[in-house]
Amino acid sequence: MSSGLYDLHKKDFDKTLDLKKLRPYGDTMNDGKVQLSFTLPVKDDERGEEAARQIARAMGLEDVNIAFHNPLDKEYTMYVVYGSCSHTVDYTSIQVQTVESDTMSMEEVDAYIKENIGRKIVVVGASTGTDAHTVGIDAVMNRKGFAGHYGLERYEMIEALNMGSQVDNEAFVEKALEMNADVLLVSQTVTQKDIHIQNLTELIELLEAEDLRDRFVVCCGGARITHELAKELGYDAGFGAGKFAEDVASFAVTEMVKRGVK
Amino acid sequence: MTSKLNLNQTLVDQARASAAKVAADVQGFIDLHTTVTVERAVCRLLGIDGVNDVEVPLPNILVDHLMDKGVLGAGASFYIGNAMLELKLSPQEIAERVSRGELDLTSLPVHETAEIQKAMNQVAEKTTEQIQKNVDQRNQYLKEYGDKSGPLLYIIVATGNIYEDIIQAKAGAKQGADVIAVIRTTGQSLLDYVPYGATTEGFGGTYATQENFRLMREALDEVGREEKRYIRLCNYCSGLCMPEIAAMGALERLDVMLNDALYGILFRDINMQRTLIDQYFSRVINGFAGVIINTGEDNYLTTADAVEEAHTVLASQFLNEQFALKAGLPEEQQGLGHAFEISPDVENGFLYELAQAQMAREIFPNAPLKYMPPTKFMTGNIFRGHVQDALFNMVTVLTEQRIHLLGMMTEAIHTPFMSDRALAIENAQYIARTMKDLGDELVYKDGGIMQTRANEVLEKAAALLKEIEQKGMFATLEAGTFADIKRPKDGGKGLAGVVAKEDVYFNPFIALMAPENRRKEAV
Repeated sequence: MSSGLYDLHKKDFDKTLDLKKLRPYGDTMNDGKVQLSFTLPVKDDERGEEAARQIARAMGLEDVNIAFHNPLDKEYTMYVVYGSCSHTVDYTSIQVQTVESDTMSMEEVDAYIKENIGRKIVVVGASTGTDAHTVGIDAVMNRKGFAGHYGLERYEMIEALNMGSQVDNEAFVEKALEMNADVLLVSQTVTQKDIHIQNLTELIELLEAEDLRDRFVVCCGGARITHELAKELGYDAGFGAGKFAEDVASFAVTEMVKRGVK
Repeated sequence: MTSKLNLNQTLVDQARASAAKVAADVQGFIDLHTTVTVERAVCRLLGIDGVNDVEVPLPNILVDHLMDKGVLGAGASFYIGNAMLELKLSPQEIAERVSRGELDLTSLPVHETAEIQKAMNQVAEKTTEQIQKNVDQRNQYLKEYGDKSGPLLYIIVATGNIYEDIIQAKAGAKQGADVIAVIRTTGQSLLDYVPYGATTEGFGGTYATQENFRLMREALDEVGREEKRYIRLCNYCSGLCMPEIAAMGALERLDVMLNDALYGILFRDINMQRTLIDQYFSRVINGFAGVIINTGEDNYLTTADAVEEAHTVLASQFLNEQFALKAGLPEEQQGLGHAFEISPDVENGFLYELAQAQMAREIFPNAPLKYMPPTKFMTGNIFRGHVQDALFNMVTVLTEQRIHLLGMMTEAIHTPFMSDRALAIENAQYIARTMKDLGDELVYKDGGIMQTRANEVLEKAAALLKEIEQKGMFATLEAGTFADIKRPKDGGKGLAGVVAKEDVYFNPFIALMAPENRRKEAV
């Protein structure tokens, strides 16, 4: 067990940052320190503790410290574990897909639309399928927005319709056609058993079957959505946690202009 | 209790009087109508259960039959009672015959209405006796083990599989949870039927079925006997099948039910006429069965701003109180809802939360208030999340909230791990212990931030209720007053299931379950 404030372990590893061999950082470069907690479905005893240690080692941790263990039930024990990660990654060779548009403010988006499109654009959004959560779509669309970032309903040059939750993909597309929408926003919060993938895929298939895919800029969002996943599923962009209305709006309007929409 | 907030009692009385007028006005509408699920609930209470070969519940088959014939306005009781007299069959046998297409209930000779009512009442009384036995059993357990004082720790299980739920629920109960809520599968609120049997497949939750209720009840009684505590079971009596789920819950001794029409209207786009009628009968049943209802005001603050819109929560609590009283559901069973949802960035946000929770406590002194944890500003930063939950736990202890829904530090990430739950319980128990009597010790400064805040919220709520009183409930919902969401009177789901009552209509359970027919020592 560690004795708290002062770590007396000899630090005999190279302490210069090497981005080709990136490791987690605790308090010393390249110490590899990570913290994790997990539960094992076994009794809280020495044997369980050893099992937790071996699990941690199998995950690539060295100097494993079972800092805390606590029975949750007769046959379930929670562990808090520290260790040094033995793996490294090459940071210099990492390529990721991100939404490539500079985020504009609400006022800038409105000005951009006036200048480059010259009319109000129409955005229809919904939480589709059986998903009953509106928190994501509300944050982006509702007038009040979220955490001080106003929603699309407040944008002067955007006509925004938030259809709410549990909207069928069919009804969603129908509404988009009726409103002559430019942009479709789909929110997915429930991701249990990958139901969001199913819902998201279904919408794209529906649009393709009706030969409508190119008519709209189609974006999806949700706490567990990444841009990469969105692209893979056939969306123009995906927005995860920490993205706000202006991120979505900036992407959508630049994409429209890129496509030459008037 | 002396008021710590120096609340303006005249305004409290005025707000309550406005809410009572609104409820009376809506009740006038409710009394003239019934719905498909109200009639299916009557069928269930008459003992009709089971499904046909394509999984359609028999109560649906029977009620759809009457709907197709255009006679549902007379009530299921009328036709079932008539068929019982004519054919000497039980309600279940009658439903089975209708299901097989062997019986047209409208083609039988019609007996005297008084005769039909008498026959119906005999069957109905057997059911109310059975439900009364469940109430007695609950009271017996509470007497034997003693009921917990202080907050009831409420946790959620949501695996989708009732057998997995049972494992998690038992572990949670052993760790100290007092109420176990089985979250329903996403989308069940919009089903116009109740699925049948034990289920193992659900998304984000588990189907509410009578068999699932029974299985969980049995498991919690078992763990309760080991722990020498009564573990309460909670489910969701909301959506398009409110009264049916109330009936199932009454039969299987559930203790707590989410039960709020306003929630369904706003957040599930259920038609307001339909669900207010449904709510009435569901609350009659819940009232009789000793079930504590939970109302959904806390949800307003997930879409609207918790500082600016706090008065809509209070206004809605006043309305829910009056709707409940109309249905004979006493204050002691009114788990009015509110939540800890002010942004962590707001200066003195904790003071506002504390003021608002104390305000609810003082305005509804007998209600087992339901207090919901932070969700809107849970970010995935589990470390800050645990602190937010600790602050929320403090408000509960300081203001004597009763049904305390435990906040999970992993909110917004996943359905809770077993360890998340254990840590949440540990957090709440620690604070309940270390601050046990702090509420008694504290007084709030005269004219200080908290008193000012509470009185501001009360003032705005009273003004809003005055406005609703003038506009009427339906017009208020159409205007988007609650949660910033507008709902049209003839829009939303389920309107087709609303039927005007005919003169011969009767529902034997309304009278049998009325407050004067309950045994007195209910919870």
